[in-house]
Amino acid sequence: MRIIFKTSYLQDIKLLKHNGYIFWYGVLLFALLIAPAVLGEFYIGEMAFIFIYAIAGLGLMILVGFTGLPSLGHAAFMAIGAYANAYFLHKGVPFLISIFLAGLISFGVGALITVPLRRMTGIYFAIASLAFAIIVEEIIAHWKSVTGGLGGMSVDNPVIFGFELDSTWHFYFLCLAILLAVLYCTLNLIRSPSGRAFIAIRDSEISAESMGINLSIYKIKSFAISGCFTGLAGALFAHRLSFLTPDAFNFLLSIQLLMMVVVGGLGTVHGAIFGAIFVGLLPQVIAIAKDYLPPAIGQFPGLEPGLFGIIMVLFIIFEPMGLYGRWVKFKLFFDMFPLYRKATFKRQKTYLKTERVQ
Amino acid sequence: MTFFKAENISIDFGGIRAVNDVSFDVEKGTIFTIVGPNGAGKTTIFNIISRIYNLTEGRIIFEDKDITRLPAHQVVNLGIARTFQNIELFEHATVLHNLLIGRHIYCRSTFFSDLFFLPSVKRMELELRRKVEDVIDFLDLQHYRNQLIQNLPYGVRKIVELGRALCTEPKLLLLDEPASGLNVDETENMSFWIDDIKKLLGISVIMVEHNMNLVSQVSDHVLAINYGRVLADGTPKEVQTNPDVIKAYLGEDKDV
Amino acid sequence: MEFLQVLITGLGQGCLYGLIALGFVLIYKATEIVNFAQGDLLMLGAFFAVTYIGILDLPYWLGFLLTIISMAVFGYLLDMLVIRSMIGESQLSIIILTISIGFILRAVAGGIWGSDILSLETPYSGEMANIEGLVIGQEYLVVIAGTIVLSVILFLFFKFSSLGIAMQASSQNQLAAYYMGVPVKRVFSLIWAISALVAAVAGTLMAPISLVDPQMGFIGIKAFAAAVIGGFGSLPGALIGGLIIGISEQLAGTYLPTGFQEITAYLIMFLVLTLRPKGLFAQIQQKKV
Repeated sequence: MRIIFKTSYLQDIKLLKHNGYIFWYGVLLFALLIAPAVLGEFYIGEMAFIFIYAIAGLGLMILVGFTGLPSLGHAAFMAIGAYANAYFLHKGVPFLISIFLAGLISFGVGALITVPLRRMTGIYFAIASLAFAIIVEEIIAHWKSVTGGLGGMSVDNPVIFGFELDSTWHFYFLCLAILLAVLYCTLNLIRSPSGRAFIAIRDSEISAESMGINLSIYKIKSFAISGCFTGLAGALFAHRLSFLTPDAFNFLLSIQLLMMVVVGGLGTVHGAIFGAIFVGLLPQVIAIAKDYLPPAIGQFPGLEPGLFGIIMVLFIIFEPMGLYGRWVKFKLFFDMFPLYRKATFKRQKTYLKTERVQ
Repeated sequence: MTFFKAENISIDFGGIRAVNDVSFDVEKGTIFTIVGPNGAGKTTIFNIISRIYNLTEGRIIFEDKDITRLPAHQVVNLGIARTFQNIELFEHATVLHNLLIGRHIYCRSTFFSDLFFLPSVKRMELELRRKVEDVIDFLDLQHYRNQLIQNLPYGVRKIVELGRALCTEPKLLLLDEPASGLNVDETENMSFWIDDIKKLLGISVIMVEHNMNLVSQVSDHVLAINYGRVLADGTPKEVQTNPDVIKAYLGEDKDV
Repeated sequence: MEFLQVLITGLGQGCLYGLIALGFVLIYKATEIVNFAQGDLLMLGAFFAVTYIGILDLPYWLGFLLTIISMAVFGYLLDMLVIRSMIGESQLSIIILTISIGFILRAVAGGIWGSDILSLETPYSGEMANIEGLVIGQEYLVVIAGTIVLSVILFLFFKFSSLGIAMQASSQNQLAAYYMGVPVKRVFSLIWAISALVAAVAGTLMAPISLVDPQMGFIGIKAFAAAVIGGFGSLPGALIGGLIIGISEQLAGTYLPTGFQEITAYLIMFLVLTLRPKGLFAQIQQKKV
């Protein structure tokens, strides 16, 4: 196993901790760059979809995983980003400005909605964010002049400097570029004072406050940037859907986003990416599995959400650290071989952690 | 100049007066200890000073400034840092990160410079680490620097929490039961550290503590309270021999 | 007249919200678990009722009784087999767990009963009560009466039965209750059973009004708003929150432009939380340090 000897403070704040990282992430990036040349159009499209999920996942991870505020309403930001982007494109705004505005509006809405939500924690926050998403969905359904209401609205292809992005691989690179930018910003945030303040709020509000962290301000920052990233994902999602209706952004999408970060592994950047891959691939896997299952089960209506639910339950009970947690264990097993002990990650059984005063 | 002064502070919780007309002064450069049986209102006084609770009556003065209505997150800016009775560290972060959060008030970056990690943020981060490293050396925490809090033994967590408070470079340190849960050796170490904090760093301390050995070893002044009222006030020796205090701890009609 | 009619419909609807909210609060008070599958328990209860009464053609009251028993057993087993292992985990994990259970229940119900929309015939279906010129569907009156009866039974149970008192003790202080010899684990499972039972009653009462399909559990989302308005720790608060939402929703549907009916519940919730951040009958206090 590799032991890193730190000889300067700079090593603490570098993004790529050692040469192994540079090599493997370089390989990954190279593979992603040549993928459109190697893989078929269907797979490229699906990968672009996973990138969109990953962008939204990073946004949600900042809020849920790092600041500890469980949002059940992030579909609202997807919707705001998607509709804003589609609306500005219709008005003839160039794509780059339009998607920027979509992110900006989501940022603003995120900041505004935190004002009533900032004193809430835990379940109150979750339910209030859920209510927020439902209100946004209703507004979209009734604001016909902008959103087309229940009838929906079409989305124009993005055009960058006169060059129309109309094929799948154009879209693939667009999503990849935005994902990389969002990833970079997220990593920066985590290693800077703001990110540390988020983590402090997550782990203990009371002591964060006693260390001089203004809870309201940092919650607003966290929600705003989370909304912004999710809004960017929504703007891209609009192009993927190419026709927007309010019910594409319902409660189930919020849940799917939340499940994504939980399955991936809360509180890690890797987790958002792993979760996106998982949620993106799951429908394909289920579709393939359907063919091999006996027809009585394969044709079972509601098989997909049901299986989704079962997988989630198993994850929550047996692997609360998510896919990333599993990956860390897997790596450690080989690093330590043959010394790995199962108990390394054994969780201490806790009694009910109460939030109430006894 | 008044360094620290609590004037006739009282607080009600749903009709119960948890702290009743308590006044005390803390002189700069001294260690002031509050003792009293469980439920006497000691931690409540700490929570009042760090502005978690709102006072019902009275005032709190720190360096001639009335801090009675200050927002909780601004208390540390004035130079008052605290630790908690049951340890409130950031469990899923490393020791280094916890200490860095202790330096939060010295972070002068904007949200957007953080987002892009501009060179100014990088310089600031390096500077923060240099300062934190002083505290790590002072408390001998080198070995634990990159460990997660949740993997540390209780005694070490207590020290990390002390370290986090020191990172804010306070003028006044509030220690809520620094020795609770520590064994004899660790308590001994803690008493040396508290002494060092006073003598080497020149920080004044208000402490809540049950361990009378520790109290008489380090305190300059002791305040005994019970049922939210002041019982006695004086040097450790005076308070320990005060008949009211003995009665409060041991009950009536007992020969000591 | 129209106003009174709207009021009574709202009252009936509000009772349903209140009953679901009651289920949330029962479980939350005892175990600090927020059961996002409560609405789906109601859905399951409605399907049981349809099966016993509609399909198996049992007498109404027998079917009602069987529904309650089946759901209580289901709630008990759900806690014993799945939820119990999660005690002490983070609240977010538990939220996700119960949402996932909701997914599974919906899928299972869809698989067993199909996605066709069923409805429940009752002895009182379609009958109209005529009270001094007011024509009101009997179904709504039955909902209101059922809610009152159930509330009284629950009140008496928690106040006087030793099991009810043990439950209250364990929800106030788990450890102390355990030391006093209360079998806390079994008590928690019983609370889940009671909560599922309440959902079954709500489902059976709701079945004749709304249509029975796997998606009917989404009514639970509005009941959340009711529970939050009531303070999320108070049983009467949950019922009152439900009534507030039910009535104002019907009023909004009648007197405000379309679209408002759907979001009234949440607007009221935001309003209440802005004025009283912990709800109207708050019992949850700040964490102690």
